[in-house]
Amino acid sequence: MVNKKFKVHPELVSGSKLKTGEIIRLNLPLTKKDVLSLKVGDRVLITGQIVTGRDKVHKFLFNERPKMKDIPFNLKGAVLYHCGPIIKKKEEGFNLIAGGPTTSIRVEMYEPKIISDYGIRAIMGKGGMGKKTLKALEENGCVYLHTISGAAVYLADRVKRVVSVWKLEDFGMAEAMWIFEVEDFPAIVTMDAHGRSLHEGIEKKSYRELKRLIGID
Amino acid sequence: MNKLEEKIIELYKKAATSLPQDVEYALSNACKAEANGSNSKAALSLILQNIKIARETERPLCQDTGVPVFFVKIPKNQSQLKLKEVIIEATKVATEVIPLRPNAVDIVTDRNSGNNTGVGFPIIYFEESPDGTFAIDLMLKGSGCENVSQLYKLPFEELRAERDLDGVRRCGLDTVFRAQGKACPPYIIGIGVGACRDQVTKLSKDQLLRRLEDSNNIRVLSEIEERLLKEINQLGIGPLGLGGKTTALGVKIGVNHRHPASYFVDISISCWANRRARLTW
Repeated sequence: MVNKKFKVHPELVSGSKLKTGEIIRLNLPLTKKDVLSLKVGDRVLITGQIVTGRDKVHKFLFNERPKMKDIPFNLKGAVLYHCGPIIKKKEEGFNLIAGGPTTSIRVEMYEPKIISDYGIRAIMGKGGMGKKTLKALEENGCVYLHTISGAAVYLADRVKRVVSVWKLEDFGMAEAMWIFEVEDFPAIVTMDAHGRSLHEGIEKKSYRELKRLIGID
Repeated sequence: MNKLEEKIIELYKKAATSLPQDVEYALSNACKAEANGSNSKAALSLILQNIKIARETERPLCQDTGVPVFFVKIPKNQSQLKLKEVIIEATKVATEVIPLRPNAVDIVTDRNSGNNTGVGFPIIYFEESPDGTFAIDLMLKGSGCENVSQLYKLPFEELRAERDLDGVRRCGLDTVFRAQGKACPPYIIGIGVGACRDQVTKLSKDQLLRRLEDSNNIRVLSEIEERLLKEINQLGIGPLGLGGKTTALGVKIGVNHRHPASYFVDISISCWANRRARLTW
């Protein structure tokens, strides 16, 4: 559900799109319509349950292709968060200590298939992704959300609860699939479902600068 | 527990939870420099808040507590083996109590050891100090930024990089261009130049221990450090790769003599979270 609203985090409200004072609140799970309404440069605040998955999860989903019914949570409409958190086991449940994003490009070879097979509506991470993922975002109605690289405790504090975990034994703490319940979790849309990528634009511009600085054509 | 082990656990805690002041200061200047209302300014302001919260709550400021790299200067007659044992024990305890993220993965079994120790993990470099100093520098090297670091063998025609210091400058620009925003800019760039591959990769990492205001004592190198920093910031990659004025906070170069046939250049990138701490004993 998309809900446009004024003012939540003051530091987020002063920005580009924000000239109109607008910040987009996303309540999960997302629908295709929600996703199609998002554009590169939009700032969002996410509320609901998100799922983590990084290198091992991607390799596993890609190669083993577990059926939806064999995965203990619903990935349809989910936000898949590239994150390997620090988590402490409590007497009951878990305590998230730190949980910022990990570099997304490492799972580029797996992501298109995972988006289409499991109905993921948003990929969240850092650094952006490549052409294959961009195409998959457009074909399936999905977006890439760039969250705040390295802001691990700030982001952990936006997580209200660690809901559950899968594959903890097999993959270990950093690589398991965790479910977090988040509230007002900040991110910026940097690749949208309409084929646009902020990363592509910045790379092109920086390439022109590089050529100028080293005098090559 | 012996006293030194306790001190090393504290060193871990300091490195993981408290960003060096010079880096924090540079980030806050970078935040001021970005345009009002830009995504990069908003992102940097959250990063600055994150640094503050991590220090206050004594939590690791980034969840990737990295590969621990120890640079140890020991006096004569101090056993390296014994010290290594103490460091390994301290690593296990620090992982549990701070906590750090267990990052040591066995290549053969693909299992995580769960305590940040394993074959060659943590990394420890020893050097005997001429004046009897006993100092331990700890760097928690994030792996996102390790992945975008590059080794060059000059000449490299594609960049028109010849075997000279201008060639080194070209390599620096190329590495940052290739890294884009993948490894948490603004970056700190360490460069090592010399005879062999293993030597320059270590030398470039050594440079990341230098404080940002530390200028090279060889004038021609300090000029290149300054020029390269300015030029990297013209690439426009910006904080987090979202575009903007600050792509790097510092460039540091170290050189060794080279072989007439070789000219190796290694570029080590650190993410903005350049976590380093020192213990003198």
